[in-house]
Amino acid sequence: MGPIVGVLFDGFAYGMLLFLLSVGLSVTLGMMNFVNLAHCAFAMLGGYVTVTLMNQMGWPFFATLPVAFLVAAVASVLLERTLFRRLYRASELDQVLLTIGLAFISVAAAAYIFGTIQQPIQTPSYLRGSVQFAGVSFGVYRLFLVAAGLAVALILVLTLEYTRFGAQVRAAVDNQRMARGLGINVDGVFAIAFALGSGLAGLGGSLAIEIVGLDPSFAFIYLVYVLIVVSVGGLGSIGGSFAAAVLIGISDIAGKYYVPQLGAFLIYLVMVAVLMWRPQGLFGKR
Amino acid sequence: MTATTDAAFSTQKYLQSRARWSPIEIVFWLATLLPFFLFPNYLSLASQIAITALFALSLDLILGYAGIVSLGHAAFFGLGAYGAGIFSKFVWGEPLTGLVVAGAVAGIVGYATSFIIARFRHLTLIMITLGLGFLVHELANSAHFITGGADGLQGVRIWPIFNYFRFDLYGYTAYSYSLVVLFLTFLVARRLINSPFGLALQGIRENSNRMPAIGANSRAHIRKIYTISATIAGIAGGLLAQTTETVSLGSIDFQRSADVVVMLVLGGVGQLYGGLVGAVIFMVARDQFSGLNPQFWYFPIGVLLVAVVMFLPGGILGGLSRLTARIRRRWS
Repeated sequence: MGPIVGVLFDGFAYGMLLFLLSVGLSVTLGMMNFVNLAHCAFAMLGGYVTVTLMNQMGWPFFATLPVAFLVAAVASVLLERTLFRRLYRASELDQVLLTIGLAFISVAAAAYIFGTIQQPIQTPSYLRGSVQFAGVSFGVYRLFLVAAGLAVALILVLTLEYTRFGAQVRAAVDNQRMARGLGINVDGVFAIAFALGSGLAGLGGSLAIEIVGLDPSFAFIYLVYVLIVVSVGGLGSIGGSFAAAVLIGISDIAGKYYVPQLGAFLIYLVMVAVLMWRPQGLFGKR
Repeated sequence: MTATTDAAFSTQKYLQSRARWSPIEIVFWLATLLPFFLFPNYLSLASQIAITALFALSLDLILGYAGIVSLGHAAFFGLGAYGAGIFSKFVWGEPLTGLVVAGAVAGIVGYATSFIIARFRHLTLIMITLGLGFLVHELANSAHFITGGADGLQGVRIWPIFNYFRFDLYGYTAYSYSLVVLFLTFLVARRLINSPFGLALQGIRENSNRMPAIGANSRAHIRKIYTISATIAGIAGGLLAQTTETVSLGSIDFQRSADVVVMLVLGGVGQLYGGLVGAVIFMVARDQFSGLNPQFWYFPIGVLLVAVVMFLPGGILGGLSRLTARIRRRWS
């Protein structure tokens, strides 16, 4: 019983990380149909902000998190205003190429500035170690991740369901043309949603360092996971992203624990199977 | 008068005019012989370029003509490479039959997956090709007993072509062999594209909803071209296995899928020569910068991709043809 609970818990914590990384992409993809493969570059940016602030300037871990969020958000809006917005009506191939080009540039820039080695960080001592509960040990940092993921999910759901901005986002995701017709400034709403989503990715990147490490290939490795979560969960659906992130997180950890010879085989199988069963994703509307 | 204009616009005439060989094409293919005289020390590289060009051509058939964006096309390249490698190791090392086996293995898997591919479009399709590519990669990695896994497939021995042309150290035979296969496959692809079938594919690319409405069975067309493209990719993989006498996991990984898309886009999508031109530029540049850290190599590639998308739709060939059109207009 113990190992199963442990694997489920680790998978869930990993799923929360994937949720933080992917929820922004899901919303912006649902709104504008813009395939942003540079999304994880913003996550990587957040991670490097945290590393730099902690190791060079001696900031405490928690103080770096809002900065990581802000830097990623601002960088993403700058790119959105200058490059991305020109391609909203272009073909997917063009969008994929432009954003993967940006991801390539970010990887090379990170390798140039920070080197290709893993970046070490020292999380605060109270986040290290583990607690015993009912015979199973839970990592404190993973508990913190679960709490952070659940809190972000709750805030997002409350924002989307109960605020004016949330209603505008939902309207734009459901029917962009109609929303414009009703006088909603879709471009403005989109820019804010885009900034929030990239900021969350930046936050996810900072939180991920302790679990998965940080090196320039981060922007690619986690891009695949994020795309899987987004396409399995369905575009524009926060609940879908949450469910898909947990599903992929647990499949990945359980697969690596019980059948290590299969490697990452399991999550790709899950993804292809879900997409063939429901091409619009588990909770997708279109 | 009306009779002649009608004739000029008949489908047959149109296809015939497209199928005519232009002088530039002939010059291009003559130029592929230059490495024998100008760069005899770089024939191994030239043979790699020809193989990569063949792979890019196979992707162009589905991406450029049928509009299927695939991020997992290396699966077929790798299947062909492993097919040819394992065949030569356990059956015999005759190269031409090995190449047929490579194409057949990739083609059969391509036909099987084409039923999935034809059902989807847009982001779902991209993700499914990506997922299938990763699945095949993981299979090749875990089937260590037959593929050699991360160590690569060892012990591939290829006999001389026609029992006469031995694969030499300088790549003389390798380049001739790859070039001949590339040229013959190119002729087939060119014939396909300039046929009514090729026109139907372009119709699917332009508007996949309208094609069934005018009576074209687009799913059957997509299945056909996907199988053909997979076969060609497999032949390219088989060539690589035979000319290098080894197969590594690098022939099947995501990097190769992404690289070939990049090459094709740089050269120009949907123009048959785009993949060839892109492969030449990409491979020569990578050879020149091979001393660099591979992660720095992403920088120029990224900048080029952004530049092509923002300023040069149609890639290098698209830009050149617009340039010549402008010059021609000014002079006439």
